[in-house]
Amino acid sequence: MLHLVAQAVDVGTGLKTIGKGLIIGLAAIGPGIGLGILIGKSVEAMARQPEYAGQVRTTMFIGIGLIEALALFGIAFSFII
Amino acid sequence: MIGLVAKVFEPPSTKDFVYGCWGGAFKLFGFDTCFNFIIMLLVLTTIIVLALFFFGLRKPKIVPGKLQLIAEVGVDFVRENIAAPMLGTDAAKFMPLLTTFFFFILIANFFEVLPGFSLSPSSRLAFPFVLAMVSWVTYNAVGIKKHGFIGYLRHTCIIPAAPWWLRYTLLLVIEFVSNIIVRPITLTVRLWANFLAGHFLLAIFFLGTLFFIESGPKTWILAPVSYAFGTGLVAFEIFVAALQAFIFAILSASYIGQAMAEEH
Repeated sequence: MLHLVAQAVDVGTGLKTIGKGLIIGLAAIGPGIGLGILIGKSVEAMARQPEYAGQVRTTMFIGIGLIEALALFGIAFSFII
Repeated sequence: MIGLVAKVFEPPSTKDFVYGCWGGAFKLFGFDTCFNFIIMLLVLTTIIVLALFFFGLRKPKIVPGKLQLIAEVGVDFVRENIAAPMLGTDAAKFMPLLTTFFFFILIANFFEVLPGFSLSPSSRLAFPFVLAMVSWVTYNAVGIKKHGFIGYLRHTCIIPAAPWWLRYTLLLVIEFVSNIIVRPITLTVRLWANFLAGHFLLAIFFLGTLFFIESGPKTWILAPVSYAFGTGLVAFEIFVAALQAFIFAILSASYIGQAMAEEH
């Protein structure tokens, strides 16, 4: 009986570890796609209008900051659970 | 020493960020307080920032010396790249706040890669949270001063371009939550989690180097790889330190600018 309980606890810890790994991986998908689109479009804009490169870069960094927070939530939550 | 570290190798965990007290604890506003490593880093940061601007701009000369040059280039960078594009004509009023945000966070972040410290105060949640609350109070106060309390709520929560049945139901809730509640949380978590993750990465690669050296002739060949990754990540962390300070300051400026914007 005790043996079974110990096994169940083991499975629980293992599932928790898998969950932590999944959180980081899944949380990186969306922001990864988003950053790709954002930076790609910004480079395109800078190449088309080099005189506005400074403004585009500033706006790009704001966007990076906003998107990046989502992936970082994943890292933070993976330590909380 | 190397053997000692390698034999007790364990993956870095959140325990790495907890430091004990130096000296006794005392009561401050009803909370148990004490002086420890993190507080020492904060005090050092404050002293460095104060010293840079005090000695840099105490006696400004036409031909600037080294410290004056650093201070002037820094202030100019904040004005041209952060305050002016976001705030326009109101930029001068918020320059002290934004310059303080930028330099305080920048210097605090550099402790992450400074040998002998290797830990940024930003990787403790309280530090970015207090800075985010300063930003939150500022942009709400500025907006309320400009539009009045009800006017400010209407200004932030209602999108005039949306159809009325969305504007007063779903979008009202979404705008209120995202503009008033989530903004300080994302400001906090962005800075904090970046340095939490950065500290873990550096710890894993440099502890891994020691572990591979120690663990026998078959795996020591991996030690230079791990060391190279760690060194590359130090360079990356320096970039992240500057980027996060910039993003925190520019997002604060952008929130203030949005709160002060005219009715649209």
